[in-house]
Amino acid sequence: MNANRVLTGRYFMMGNVACAEGAIAAGCEFTAGYPITPATEVANRLAERLPQVGGAFFQMEDEISAIAAVIGASWAGRKAMTVTSGPGISLMLENIGFAIGVETPCVIVNVQRGAPTTGMPTVGVQGDMVQAKRGSHGDYEIIALCPSSPQEMFDHTVIAFNYAERYRTPVFVLSDAFVGHMREEVIIPGPEKIKTEYRKIPEPGTDPQKIRGFLDEDVAPMPIFGKGFKAHVTSSCHDEYGKRNLIDISALDNFIRKLSNKILKHKEEIILVERDYEGAEIVLVSYGGVARAAAMAAAQARKEGISVGTLRLITVWPFPEEEIAKMAKKAKQVIVLENNLGQLYPYIKAEAAHFSEVSFLPPRLVGEIQDPEDILSKIREVAK
Amino acid sequence: MNELVHPYHRFIRPSVTQTTFCPGCGDGTVAQCILRAIDGLGMDIDDFVFVSGIGCAAWIPSPFFNADVLHTTHGRPIAFAFGIKMGLPEKKVMVVSGDGDLVAIGGNHLIQNARRNVEMTVICLNNGIYGMTGGQAAPTTPMGIQTTTTPYGTFENTFNISRLVIAAGASFVACWTAAHPRQLTNSIKKAIQKKGFAFIEVFSQCPIQFGRKTGVGSAVKMLEDYKKRSISPKEAAKLSEEELKDKIVVGELVDMEKPEMLEEVKKMKKKARGGVE
Repeated sequence: MNANRVLTGRYFMMGNVACAEGAIAAGCEFTAGYPITPATEVANRLAERLPQVGGAFFQMEDEISAIAAVIGASWAGRKAMTVTSGPGISLMLENIGFAIGVETPCVIVNVQRGAPTTGMPTVGVQGDMVQAKRGSHGDYEIIALCPSSPQEMFDHTVIAFNYAERYRTPVFVLSDAFVGHMREEVIIPGPEKIKTEYRKIPEPGTDPQKIRGFLDEDVAPMPIFGKGFKAHVTSSCHDEYGKRNLIDISALDNFIRKLSNKILKHKEEIILVERDYEGAEIVLVSYGGVARAAAMAAAQARKEGISVGTLRLITVWPFPEEEIAKMAKKAKQVIVLENNLGQLYPYIKAEAAHFSEVSFLPPRLVGEIQDPEDILSKIREVAK
Repeated sequence: MNELVHPYHRFIRPSVTQTTFCPGCGDGTVAQCILRAIDGLGMDIDDFVFVSGIGCAAWIPSPFFNADVLHTTHGRPIAFAFGIKMGLPEKKVMVVSGDGDLVAIGGNHLIQNARRNVEMTVICLNNGIYGMTGGQAAPTTPMGIQTTTTPYGTFENTFNISRLVIAAGASFVACWTAAHPRQLTNSIKKAIQKKGFAFIEVFSQCPIQFGRKTGVGSAVKMLEDYKKRSISPKEAAKLSEEELKDKIVVGELVDMEKPEMLEEVKKMKKKARGGVE
C-alpha cells in the first residue's frame, strides 16, 4: 500500500495528530525528537506515517541531538522538523542559535506545558513565549506562530514550513497541551490547495567560490550539501561567502544585523493577526487557546451593550508592534490575556500604552485558560 | 618554469592561505593522512560531507577541505552528521574533531551512534588536553598532570576512548598516533569503505599546551614518547591492566560485520509501505 502524503478529508482529530499531518502535507521528510509529554502524539504519528511516504522519524538520545540531526538533514536538502515541550526546548537552544546563525530552514514545534523545570507536563501553559525569542544567546530574530485549534495545528505547521523555507530560518509552532490534546473537526484540503515552498538554491554548476550563500537581507540561496557547492558552513562570524572572520568587528556587526534584518525586512509578509475590533472601545489582546475564551467573552459583552473587540496574534515573533499600535490608537482600554503571568504583556504594553489604558488579566489559576466569565467581569470593571 | 604545487593542494579551499595550527602540532599530519586516504581510494573530495565540532582538530576540515563542510556546536558534530547521512545516504560523511569535543561534552552522541552503527567515519584526535582554550584538563588527561584548571595535578581517572567505542558497538575501531602516518592512512581508507560506524582514535601531539604542561617537551619528544608507549593488541593481551596504564594500544582493534542503521531504516520503510519498494 502506498499511502498519500496529504490525507484529504474531514476528520475528528487531535491537535498533535493534525500537526504531524500538516508537516507531512508540507513536504517534511526528516523528523527527529525525544519522547516528552505533551508532545508525544506528534512524534508517534510522524513515526507511523512518514515511513509510508518515504520519510522517517528518528528517536534520538536527547533533544540536543534531535535539533542537530534536523539541522544536518536540512543542509542535506530535506525539509525537517522536531517536536518537543519546554524542557526539550531548553536543551535545544544552543543549536537553535546555530540554525539561525547558518540560516537553516527547519520547524520546531513546542507543545508547551506548565511551569519552569519539570513542572506539570499535562497542563497547558503559555510559558515559553519569550524563550522562543530570547532563549538562545546573542541578538537574533525568530518566527513563531500560535495555533488555537487542531485545524490550526495543521494549517500553521504548513505555514511554518513555508516561512522556514522562504526565509531560511527556524520557525516555531508555539502550541500548548490544551491545543495539542484538543480534539475537533479538522479539514485537510486536497494537495493542490496546499501551497508548499522550497528554499532557493544556487544555480547548479556555479563556481563555488562565487556563491554568496549567506547574509542577504532578501535571503541568500542555500548552498545545500551534495550538489558540488563546496559550502563552508560555520556558525562562527562569517561573511556572505561563508568565510570565517574572527578579527573585524565590522564583520560581526554585519553578521548580526543581516540575520536580524532578513526577518525584520519581511515582517509585513510574516505577521498574521485576526482583527475584530472595528469601533470597539475595549480590545482584548490574546493568542493561542486563550483567544477562544477572549472571543467568547467579547461576544457576550457585546450582547450586554459594551463595545468590545478582539485582536488575536497569530504571529507573535517577529513582534507585531505596528498591529498593536494601530489597534491601541482607536481603543480606550486594552486588556491583555495570556495563560501565564504576563510574558508578552510588557511587549504589548510598550506599544499600546502610548495610546490607551492597558491592563493584564491572568487566569485565576495559571494552567487554566481564563474563564470567559472572569474576562466578562474584567470587561465590566474597565467599562465603568 | 612551472610553479611547484603540493599534490593535495587541490583538496584545500582556495581562500585558505595559512595554517591555524601551532608549530609542531600533530593535526597537520592527520589532515594529510585523511587527504592521502581519499586520494588513495581514487575518490574525490566532493564525495564527502565533512562535519566538525569545536576545538583545534575541528579546524582540519573547516576551513581547509574544499568540500561541503558543516562546522557545528561544541560536542555535537556526530549528531549533525547523523541528519546529513540520513538526508544524503549516497555521500560519505566524515566527522573530524577532538577528544574534548567528541568524548567529554559530546560523549553520548559518540556512544549512541556507535551503538546504532550508522555508516560514517569519525576521526577523533586525542591530544589529552583542551588546546584552543589554553591547556585545561580533559577526560583524557593522565592522572596527576598540572593543567590550567588543575594547578595541583589532575585527580580524575581517564577515558580509554577506543575501548569505550568498542564497548558501544562500532563495527570498525582503530587507534594510531601521529607517529604512525602510513598505518593511519591505511586505516582511514578502511574506515571510509566500512559499511558501519567506523571510528579512529589518533593520538596527536600538542607540544604547546600538553608538551609544556607535562614536561614531555617538544613535538619530536612527544612523538618519540608516543612510539615508545605504542604496543600492538597482541602484546597488550599479555599485560595486566596496571602494566597497560601508560601504553597506547595501536592497530585495528575491531573490524566486524553487523547490521548497519541505514540498511535497517530501508527495511523499516519497506515494511511501512506494506512490502512495496
